[in-house]
Amino acid sequence: MAVNFGYSISTTRVINFDNCDFNLLHQLEEIVPSYKRCLNCGACTATCSAQQFTKFNIRKIKSLFTSAQYDKLAKELDKCMLCGKCTLVCPRGINLRPAIMNMRKILSNK
Amino acid sequence: MQNLFHPFVLPFVLGTIILFAICIWKFIRWFRHFDRLQRAILRKNIFSWKIIPALWEAFREGLLHIRISRQNLILGYMHRSIAFGWFLLIVVGFFEAHLTPLNSHPVWLAIFYRFFIHEHHLFASSEVFTFIMDLLLLYVLSGIFIAFCKKIYSKAVGMKKTTKHVLFDHFAKVSLWAIFPLRLLSESLAANVYQNGGFLTQSIGNFFSPWFAETFLTTSWTMYSIALGTFFVALPFSRYMHIFTEIILIYFRQMGVHEHLERTGYTMYELNACSRCGICIDNCPLNKDLNITNVQPVYFLRDLRYKRGTDAVADNCLLCGRCDAACPVNIDLLAIRQQERNKREQDHCDYSYLNNIQPFNAIGRVGFFGGCMSHLTPGITESMKAIFEEVEQKYWFLDEERTICCGRPLMQQGYLEQAAELRRKNSELIKKSKISVLITSCPICYQSFKNEYKLSIPIMHHTEYIMKLLETGKLKLRKDDLRTVYHDPCELGRGCGIYKEPRQILKKATHLVKAKHEKEESICCGINLGDTLIDIRQQTQIRDAAMNNLMYKNPDQICTACPMCKRAFNHATDFPVKDIAEIVRENMIKK
Repeated sequence: MAVNFGYSISTTRVINFDNCDFNLLHQLEEIVPSYKRCLNCGACTATCSAQQFTKFNIRKIKSLFTSAQYDKLAKELDKCMLCGKCTLVCPRGINLRPAIMNMRKILSNK
Repeated sequence: MQNLFHPFVLPFVLGTIILFAICIWKFIRWFRHFDRLQRAILRKNIFSWKIIPALWEAFREGLLHIRISRQNLILGYMHRSIAFGWFLLIVVGFFEAHLTPLNSHPVWLAIFYRFFIHEHHLFASSEVFTFIMDLLLLYVLSGIFIAFCKKIYSKAVGMKKTTKHVLFDHFAKVSLWAIFPLRLLSESLAANVYQNGGFLTQSIGNFFSPWFAETFLTTSWTMYSIALGTFFVALPFSRYMHIFTEIILIYFRQMGVHEHLERTGYTMYELNACSRCGICIDNCPLNKDLNITNVQPVYFLRDLRYKRGTDAVADNCLLCGRCDAACPVNIDLLAIRQQERNKREQDHCDYSYLNNIQPFNAIGRVGFFGGCMSHLTPGITESMKAIFEEVEQKYWFLDEERTICCGRPLMQQGYLEQAAELRRKNSELIKKSKISVLITSCPICYQSFKNEYKLSIPIMHHTEYIMKLLETGKLKLRKDDLRTVYHDPCELGRGCGIYKEPRQILKKATHLVKAKHEKEESICCGINLGDTLIDIRQQTQIRDAAMNNLMYKNPDQICTACPMCKRAFNHATDFPVKDIAEIVRENMIKK
């Protein structure tokens, strides 16, 4: 009998960093230097207003962006309401709201 | 008949013709870029009684510079003496020239009167005119002297930083400064030769030897005329364009024209009405605390005027509105900056996930909207709930579980379409719920609901609501012994003009002490959504400055009415920082 625990095992993925193009990441880090300070705690995701309505995970987006996995990211970022709560709760003082704005800009210029 | 022409009047005459031709051409061109609504407003009001306050304001601000005087007496005197003094010189000179019995009165006669008219007593009270003209010249010269001192040591006139002008402005300024000393010299030389000077010019003139005066008389008057001509030609292209533009701007503003979301011809009037006095520089927290010196309105407007505006300058602003409140010309600085941000490319947005929110039927209840930020400071929402329960008011907490952003953060960054999308969702929710009044504890949301949403129900900030409860006697407060200082949030104070209510509440609940700068002059807490370019370290620097400002009278606690300000100060120290709702909750007398 299949029991639904609300979570499941992630499928295994391999990202070959040698084949990744980190140009966009470097662009972003230049505009928002604080982006490098992230320790992936997920406070941003926990407090996010959009996340309360739908599957929207800012931490995941950040992880994907950092590992140069840009597919579908632009579409995912469209859900952000730019309210700025994430920036206020970030324990590392990352300027997350501008980071998201610039991620959108960089991805649309790609 | 006396000869009333000399070739040296030509630079002046030519300069004047060029000046008026260019000004009129510019004014007409800008006027043609007014949008339809602005034209309609003008058509409706152009010949109404509003012309009286317009003339009065033009006199007060264009000539007397009352607003500058209120901030800084010496600076006010400097601007007034140059503007009003020169204006009077022209007016009195005009009468003096036209009262003189002559066959013709060429336009330059008033300007070069002492060169052409040598005799006293040509008409009654001509000596009085000579005296007044000398007095006025002295008045203007005193202003030029202060301007010169300001250039050398600006702190002497109470300005920490003055505007860094472009080369062309310096050129125009030098020609302006040269006009009056040259006039003094020319009239003194004429007084030496013709004995027609007043108390000032005659006494100075008597110092010169007759040979010197005779030799350099024409040279001096020529230089005076050239200085005038140069200044007049430079005027329309330099900051001195504000002299005429400000008058017209005041007229348009009094007619009811205002800035729109996009740049119009009216914006061009505003850009040119900036005199680059630099008062905004000292008022900008970015300059004062972070030493960022290229983003202040004076430079921002100048860049726009010369078509050199950049996003980096338009975006680097807290939108706290301190410059806007201090601007002596009352230029709508925030609106102009917003216009530049509105030019931003509109990104895609996908808020379809908000479609499946079920409306709630809340007939007969008041609506409470915490907003995103109130959820970061649960003390505020809890206190508001306690207050609602205390006064037995049925309420509906719109966003208790989850919040739709009000859209203002998006709007401030220029994403108008996305903001409109969020507004549509929120409006739908509010309209379907049929609440009687909307109360919000966040000034950002408050301003958004009040100005952007077209809701038919009254919108209240929680300070207004609590004040109403106190007035109607539903809520009673006891007074504690704590000394409390109130921090004016930018969006609530300068944004919506709410200064009175929070202070009245605090006077009933606690001992209110003053901050160093408050009300219109209050300092932004730094942690805000307007500026996307400064980082957390810089934000904290601004916050510390705001904190120091509040600590002026050693209070026991800080009170504010904005969740973001509360959060900002809370992170700074262990010092008690409370929202006004929390103080009311602590001090209310329970039934």
